[in-house]
Amino acid sequence: MSGDFINLLADLKEEEVLKLTKERLDAKEDPLKILDDAREGMSIVGKRFAGGEYFLPELVFSGELLAQVTNLVKPHLTGEGVQQKKIGKVIIATVAGDIHDIGLNIVDFMLDVNGFEVTNMGVDVPVEKIVKAVKEIKAPVLGLSGFLTPAFDAMKETVEALEKEGLRKGLKIMIGGGQMDDEVCKYAKADAYGKDAMAAVALTKKWYGVE
Amino acid sequence: MFTRPDNWKDLTWQQKRELRLNHWISAPGIEFVSKEAAEGYKARATRLSKAAKMEIPDRVPCMIPTGWYPAKNAGVPLKKVMYDPKLMKKVWLKFVDEYDSDSFDGTLFFQARVNELMEVRTMKWPGHGLPDNAHSYQYVEGVYMQADEYDLFMKDPFDFQLRKLLPRTTGVFEPFKDERSFASYQGLPQRLMAMCLNPKFQKLFKAINEASKELPAWGKATAETTMGAAARGFPVFRGGLAVAPFDVFADNLRGTQGIVMDMFRQPDKIHEAMEFVLPQLVDGAVAMADAADCPVIMMPLHKGDDTFMSDKQFEVFYWPTFKRELLMMVEEGLIPYPVAEGAYNRRLEYISNMPKGAVAWMFDQTNMANAKKTVGKVSCIAGNVPVSIAYTKTAAEMKEYCRKLIETCAPGGGYILTGGSTYDMAQPENLRAMMEAAKEYGKY
Repeated sequence: MSGDFINLLADLKEEEVLKLTKERLDAKEDPLKILDDAREGMSIVGKRFAGGEYFLPELVFSGELLAQVTNLVKPHLTGEGVQQKKIGKVIIATVAGDIHDIGLNIVDFMLDVNGFEVTNMGVDVPVEKIVKAVKEIKAPVLGLSGFLTPAFDAMKETVEALEKEGLRKGLKIMIGGGQMDDEVCKYAKADAYGKDAMAAVALTKKWYGVE
Repeated sequence: MFTRPDNWKDLTWQQKRELRLNHWISAPGIEFVSKEAAEGYKARATRLSKAAKMEIPDRVPCMIPTGWYPAKNAGVPLKKVMYDPKLMKKVWLKFVDEYDSDSFDGTLFFQARVNELMEVRTMKWPGHGLPDNAHSYQYVEGVYMQADEYDLFMKDPFDFQLRKLLPRTTGVFEPFKDERSFASYQGLPQRLMAMCLNPKFQKLFKAINEASKELPAWGKATAETTMGAAARGFPVFRGGLAVAPFDVFADNLRGTQGIVMDMFRQPDKIHEAMEFVLPQLVDGAVAMADAADCPVIMMPLHKGDDTFMSDKQFEVFYWPTFKRELLMMVEEGLIPYPVAEGAYNRRLEYISNMPKGAVAWMFDQTNMANAKKTVGKVSCIAGNVPVSIAYTKTAAEMKEYCRKLIETCAPGGGYILTGGSTYDMAQPENLRAMMEAAKEYGKY
């Protein structure tokens, strides 16, 4: 049942996944096991996305399936679930003055299924809020997203504020989105530009020294 | 206004296009500031026309994609310009006076005050959802049409617009969301009257009244700026705007989240609705081109790019109706000018399947050498100078980038040097370096 469930989710079979979830709950299966399987299914989705088999529609739809499964399972959960062991923390944010979040959320998803604990600060995040988060969360990796040209300066200002606060040393910063590229990376004094969510994962893994 | 000759329907698309282009080049209604300006206009429009048709012009045309840069250039915050049409005109014409380009990129057309009065929710702009000093306005993507509303959208667009779409996108229209369908009002005018007299609708009427006083000033400023640029010799290489049928839903009505659900749960509805909007998109484009005296239809493309969907999804959802839209426009003598935002590297083979010289493509991050070898054999190609270089690099580096692009794309004609996206920010000397490159390296 578990193996079928994982593959059905990875293959995005909505009706079958929901039917099987209900059957497993009716059979009094451990709800945490169902959620674990769902995570495994999502991890396959992530791999297929990274491998070029899946694209944005599959990724977004898998998120919808996961939300539906989680909603079905939630009422059956007793007490706290066991937290999955994470490799480490990453903060991501779309910089001030920019409200685009599609890419940001894909990066969030891909980092999450690859074992990172992601703090997604959302869009139009002012410099001081990012500084505060870096200070408090103590994540060694920061991802800055931006779609439009004005994000060039917002990124630069964010990096400079982190420098000024003495937080830049030991912090790796990656940028991505819309019109960002290696030139903008140099301009903003970030550490790397990633062209897509897979690049964000590869950079984070490299900086964490895993794989 | 472009008027068709009596034998219009007997003409080939090339003949129709030629009539439209000649009309554009003849600069109807434009009073030039000088003889030089008149000659400049003709030379620029001819250069662009030839490139678009894949003929060989005197040199590679260069279009500076201004975006919101004119505000930066004048040192005026974008927020201020958005609320002041007269200032907008002054700032945009200042740009025209200071920079050479083969086209005028058009004005800012964003009436912040009107949007404010109407409580527009689909946009954020400086001081209104974005920081005061933000140098852009942005579209707020959302699910503005529900999954089960495709049928209403197609059967009764007016009802859908008034009772569903506007109450979600435009705050002052909210009272309509509780109204019953207007189909039931037939024969009973008192009911419509009663609705209008209801106190909850008064805010709407007041807002419309206020906004309608603001709007003409924008129309006037925009028209005067465009005419002013033309009078100085700079033609607008755009007669109107259109989008791909898929993007009508993926961008505007259903948003990314909504369209994805439909792709898996009700793909047939998307297809049906795309068929429904296709002729309307073409009719709209024709009407705009007629009114603007220019056959070029700019088409910003979004959700069909390399990263958004797979080849299979592009083949099924995006390309078939979009391709027909392009061909229908071509048949009317228009020049579709799709702006492939993002990357179109995996789309090049599909889009090469077009009549020779019928379409002009602008590319953003697409590999231009590959574009030249594929779609460049049948269509004019344009673009690819990154805004990052225009803003963060030196003029020498900008010029060098343009030189390489010209070497790659210009041979045989059919190339327009321009940005990969609009330049909302740039270094002034880099914009001048772009034009220098076209003049120095782009001679045929």
